[in-house]
Order: sequence, then C-alpha cells, then structure tokens
Amino acid sequence: MKIDWAALAAVFGVSLAVVVGLVVLFSGGLRALSAREAARERQASTALPTAAAGLCLFACVTVVLFGIYLIVAG
Amino acid sequence: MDASLLVIIVVVTALVFDFTNGFHDTANSMATSIATGALRPRTAVAFSAVLNLVGALLSVEVAKTISGGIVDDARITPAIVFGGLIGAIMWNLVTWYVGLPSSSSHALFGGLIGATWIASGADAVHFAKVVDKVVAPAIAAPLVAGIVAMLATYLTYRLTKRARKSVTDKGFKAGQIASAALMSLAHGTNDAQKTMGIITLTLITAGTLAPGSAPPLWVILSAAIAIALGTYLGGWRITHTLGKGLTTIEAPQGFAAQTSAATVIMASSHLGFALSTTHVASGGIMGSGLGRRLDGVRWGVAGRMAAAWGLTLPAAGLVGALAGKVASLGTLGVVAVAAVGVGVSLVIWLLSRREPVRPEHVVDEIAAQAETHKVAA
Repeated sequence: MKIDWAALAAVFGVSLAVVVGLVVLFSGGLRALSAREAARERQASTALPTAAAGLCLFACVTVVLFGIYLIVAG
Repeated sequence: MDASLLVIIVVVTALVFDFTNGFHDTANSMATSIATGALRPRTAVAFSAVLNLVGALLSVEVAKTISGGIVDDARITPAIVFGGLIGAIMWNLVTWYVGLPSSSSHALFGGLIGATWIASGADAVHFAKVVDKVVAPAIAAPLVAGIVAMLATYLTYRLTKRARKSVTDKGFKAGQIASAALMSLAHGTNDAQKTMGIITLTLITAGTLAPGSAPPLWVILSAAIAIALGTYLGGWRITHTLGKGLTTIEAPQGFAAQTSAATVIMASSHLGFALSTTHVASGGIMGSGLGRRLDGVRWGVAGRMAAAWGLTLPAAGLVGALAGKVASLGTLGVVAVAAVGVGVSLVIWLLSRREPVRPEHVVDEIAAQAETHKVAA
C-alpha cells in the first residue's frame, strides 16, 4: 500500500493558496466598492477606489481562468 | 450472448447511471444560490447543466484512473462490469428511497470492486491503487475542503466586516453565482469522468480498445451530454430541498464553502483522484459553519453522515459482487441481473410515487448537509 502523500499535500497546498487568494481579492474588491460609494456620497473623487475594485475583481477572474487553463493544458 | 450486444447494454446502463448522477447532484451546486435568491430556479438549473457539460470535456484524468488501474482489465469481462454497474445503481436507488445520503461515486467503485473480486479473485483488484487513488482521497478531500472553507469563511467575514451592507449583499450574491458555476464545472470534471472510465473499461475488456487507452471522443461526448441532461431534469428536486431550511447558510458562507469545494475537486481531478463531489461539498459546508462560529456544526448529524459514507463502498461492493457473479455465468445470468435491476428500479419508482411528499423520500444530499448546520442564532 502506497499513498501518494505528495499529491495529497499538493491538493491541500494549492487549494488553500488559491482559495485564500480568491477570498482576499474578492473581499478587497467589495471593500473598494464600499469606499467608492462612500467617496461618491462625499462627492470626492471615485477614481482610486474604482480602479482598486476593478483590479481586485479582475485578478479574481484571472486566477480562476488560469486554474481552468492549467487543467485543460495538463 | 453476443459480445457486442452486451457492450451496448453496458454502455447504455453506464449512461443511465451518469444521467441519475447529474439528476441527483444538481442541488449540490445550485441550491444555495437559489435559496439566497441569487438565481431563479430555471436559470440556475440550465446554467448548471451547461457548465457540467463543459466540465466533463475539460479533463480525462479521473476516467483514466478508473479504466486503467483499479481492476485488472485482462481478467474481467463486460459482464462483470455490468454486474458492478447494476450493483451500484441498486444501492443508489435504495439509499435514495430510504433517504440515506450516499455517494454515487463510491457506489460505483464498490460495485466494480465487488464484482471483480468475486468473479475473478481478489488479486484481480489492484488494492494498492484503490487505496492510493480512491480511499485516501475519499478521507482527505472532505477534510481539506473543510479546513480551507473554515479559513475562507473566517477571512471573508473578517475582511468584509467594515464594508457596506448594500455592497456586500449584491457582491456576495454575484460571488455565490460564480462559485456555484465553478462547483458545476468541478462536478463535470470529476463525476462525468467516472462514466467515461467505466465505458472505456468495458471497451477495453471487450477488446475494442487497447489497454491503457484514453476514452474515445464519442464516449466523452455522450457522458458529458448524459450528465448535463440529468442535471437539467433534476431541477425539480431543488424545490423540495429548499423546503428543508437550507437558508441557514448565509451568502458569504455559501461563497466560501463552494469556492473551497470546487477548488479541491478540480485540483483532485487534475491529479486523477476520483472522489465523491458530495463528500467534498459537505466538508466545505461544515468547514464554513465552523469558520463562522466555532460551535456551528451539529456533530451528531455529521457523525451519522460519515457512517453512511463509510458503509457505501462495502455495501455496494456486496451487491456488485452478487450481480457480477450471476452476470458472468452467461447470457441467462446477464438477463437475470438486468431483469432484477429493472424490477427493483420499477418497484422503488412506484413506491416513491405512491407517497411522493414524505420528507424522507426527498431528503437530498444537500439537505442532509444543511442539517449538520445550526440555524444562525
């Protein structure tokens, strides 16, 4: 009986890193969107929070698409 | 019996199994999104069907695990595969009828292993490979999904605590739709593969394909279409599932749990680990319960579920062993197994129609998962 611990560890490591990354980026995106609304109410510039939100959410989508690409390519 | 006729029967039976798998599992990926109002039922079900189809076409690693390794393909016949398949279907139907949540994937492995063991001897089953590619991932993957989901849920709540409610309400609904989509995709990459693997194995044992072959295109396409159709038509069950109080799961939790489960499934699919998507989804939901509140899981219910999981492989193995033995006796054996299979299915279908609203008949896997989850106080 041989269990491929390295592969199981890889599933754990990769899943943890990807999910934490996605959650942090997504939550960051929501924080930035909140900041954007707040800025709009103060009638301040919304450029910075809009850019931050766009960046976070774009990064989220990229992570997911890259993951799917790896599965298809492998 | 003519070998090619038997192969056709096995292929059709495998596709029926695939269809019921999709039928059974729609709720796993889509129920939470419908419960939180993120998606309308009909949209959700169609969406899930398409993504299952796409997922099934993405990878064939799990199919290769099944067709090339867990049993010795030189020592089994299509009749034995047929017996294993019927064993799996019987076990699935009976557990569905009595409301016991169980994994169709493990039923399939159990049936195949049992049938091979009894008909061709214990050494025709590659137990080392079974432990490495099926049993170890079966234990590890739900734990991994649980731990990851726990951390993800904690982080999600922590990081968005100061975000505006108007933003998070909309945001997490969108996030939930995206994570449900991933879950459907992941389901296709793992569950549809099992049918492809079984059909490929049958073709190898019949001598149509060389040992170690990857599934041919028509096998990939037909398995993908069968699971997608099953997913679409399984939608009606969701309304029943919703009656079970699934709404105890909040949108951010659903987002965290589904993202974790989908990621674990896809990473495992990539390495050829054939796991139960249901078990991983349950692990994710329990983990997200713990991540939100440390006493957020009903351990009694969780323990009963784990016991049912442990029972599936040996029980389906037993039924598969019996069916495989009889089917390998010859034409009459195959006919007998098929007749018993159709008869039992018919009886269960009639029984379930006679009392269609008794809750234990519609206890779905997702509902059982939700039961492990304490109502938010």
